[in-house]
Amino acid sequence: MIEQVAEPLQQQGFAKVVLELEVNNHPGVMSHICNLFARRAFNVEGILCMPMSDASRSRIWLLVFEDQRLEQMVLQVEKLVDVLSVRRHGAEHEVFERLEKYFH
Amino acid sequence: MMQMTGAELIVRLLERQGIRTIAGIPGGAILPLYDALSGSDIIRHVLARHEQGAGFMAQGMARVSGRPEVCFASSGPGATNLVTAIADARLDSIPMVAITGQVPLSMIGTDAFQEVDIYGMTVPITKHNFLVRSAADLLEVIPQAFRIAMSGRPGPVLVDIPKDVQNQIVSFDAYPEPAVPDSMPVPDMAAIESAAKMIDEAERPVLYLGGGVVHSGASRLAVTLAEQAGLPTTMTLMALGTMPIDHPLSIGMLGMHAARYTNFILEESDLLICVGARFDDRAIGKAAQFCPNAQIIHIDIDPAELHKIKTAHVAINGDVATVLEALLPRVKQSLRKRWLSHVDGLKSRFPMAMPGRDDPRTHYGLVHAVAAALDNEAVIATDVGQHQMWVAQAYPFRRPRQWLTSGGLGTMGFGVPAAIGAALSEPDRTVVCFTGDGSFKMNIQELATLAEEGLNVKIVLMNNNSLGLVYQQQNLFYGKRVFASKYRGEPDFLKIAEGFGIAAVDLDSSPNPRATLAQALQSRGPCLIHASISREEFVYPMVPPGAANTEMIGG
Repeated sequence: MIEQVAEPLQQQGFAKVVLELEVNNHPGVMSHICNLFARRAFNVEGILCMPMSDASRSRIWLLVFEDQRLEQMVLQVEKLVDVLSVRRHGAEHEVFERLEKYFH
Repeated sequence: MMQMTGAELIVRLLERQGIRTIAGIPGGAILPLYDALSGSDIIRHVLARHEQGAGFMAQGMARVSGRPEVCFASSGPGATNLVTAIADARLDSIPMVAITGQVPLSMIGTDAFQEVDIYGMTVPITKHNFLVRSAADLLEVIPQAFRIAMSGRPGPVLVDIPKDVQNQIVSFDAYPEPAVPDSMPVPDMAAIESAAKMIDEAERPVLYLGGGVVHSGASRLAVTLAEQAGLPTTMTLMALGTMPIDHPLSIGMLGMHAARYTNFILEESDLLICVGARFDDRAIGKAAQFCPNAQIIHIDIDPAELHKIKTAHVAINGDVATVLEALLPRVKQSLRKRWLSHVDGLKSRFPMAMPGRDDPRTHYGLVHAVAAALDNEAVIATDVGQHQMWVAQAYPFRRPRQWLTSGGLGTMGFGVPAAIGAALSEPDRTVVCFTGDGSFKMNIQELATLAEEGLNVKIVLMNNNSLGLVYQQQNLFYGKRVFASKYRGEPDFLKIAEGFGIAAVDLDSSPNPRATLAQALQSRGPCLIHASISREEFVYPMVPPGAANTEMIGG
């Protein structure tokens, strides 16, 4: 008789993935994206966001775990109106590695 | 060069978009927009009594027309009162544009009077939302809001507009074109070919239709597919009416309150063709045990629905109507005699039990008596609870958009304002709202709106003076520990209706309830039809929450 409730999955042990998002640059975009992950208890290990050269767009880098829900997560992110594209990179992508020295 | 205020621009853009009726409630931060609206000869404003009512009126209009409709609310509490109606539209994929007033730009973030961050609050419950920071942006935002609401999988969009933006003067050369929906994705033909092959090769296929069939206007195509390939067809709560219930291939609604035979047929199927449905937990029960032997073909406009709950063997992203049109010429004609005769056998062995169906003083009998007094042109709305499930089980739905119900969110209080919206949109139809006493009290203030507008809405109140589904669950699953589900007070609904200026009849005291009912349904204008229902009548069969669909209780 217990209703099915999604429990936060243990994410340690999964490989990491770097997602590269191109988004419209306006206040509110980050909250749309972060909400999706938070609601599903999908841990985001790292976030990096800067405007692109023409300033009307931003690029967001997300470091996440590759658990079995990632596919669905990416589909949900792609549904956001302000998200123009999502690309997937392996954990070896240097964007977060080069920042690590600021987090010790 | 044109010059006008932001508020006037909004009104012109709404007029150009084809909006003719707006439900709402004014307040300080949206008064410039109301002032501009008062000058419109084209748009009629319907003054709701609570913003949630306004939201559901817009939904009612959108659910019968299929077009995005609009509601207005002021900032702060006005905006937060809309939240439930917006969330409801999101879960049932209803196109809607909610416009809220906001405190002036310079005061945002200062905890100003009636300031809430409605933009932040509605991020997870809208398809998209906007906070407009200059009147010139309205030229882009308003058409965008409609385009997003009606494109692909429909949904609600919120546009939050600060008061000074409404007052700001904007100059522009030409109005933007009214929004049209984006073009649909081109479906994968190879996937359609394999789907056709799977249907041809299946021995025990079932067609599973969802609300997407209604939104896409594809019910005729779906019925044609079923007839061509000999497919027994089940419908979700949202899809009732897409195949007439008395069609020989219909196996009725699936899920928590389905007939036993429906869930048994699904259990035996070797191919499930899911069209515009999303494997909701109330429809499929325990996901791992749903259709355990079936391969799955899943057709949906929303790519995120594919493989979300059940992994499909063939997934087709596309508009349901477009995909069905491409699929039809590729599927072989099949009588499928053996499977269909087995289906008929299950139907007669495990039928839907409807005790009292010939007695209008019982719940099923009342639903049947209402149906007998009406034709298929009537619109049937419900609130949420036992009455909703009894109507879903027993009412003979025969056309799409005949049935308006809060499926995904399950919002008590939906019924009356949604019925008002339906009647505003299609005033020539009879609109019946089945409700329960619990739900009815949640938006009862809209009786004032109903009386004012004099709409042809008949409210059939099934009164058991309790929160019936809660009472039922406590009895079945919580050791009969009945708590907070029976009302101690007992309002006199007939007097309440009278107080609002609405005619009322009581079937309890009528010597001939069938005649009283028919007369009330046939005379024009609003009417409350009151009927007492025993609290001990439960909705059966019932799949316990979290259990597999085959583990039904009762019925």
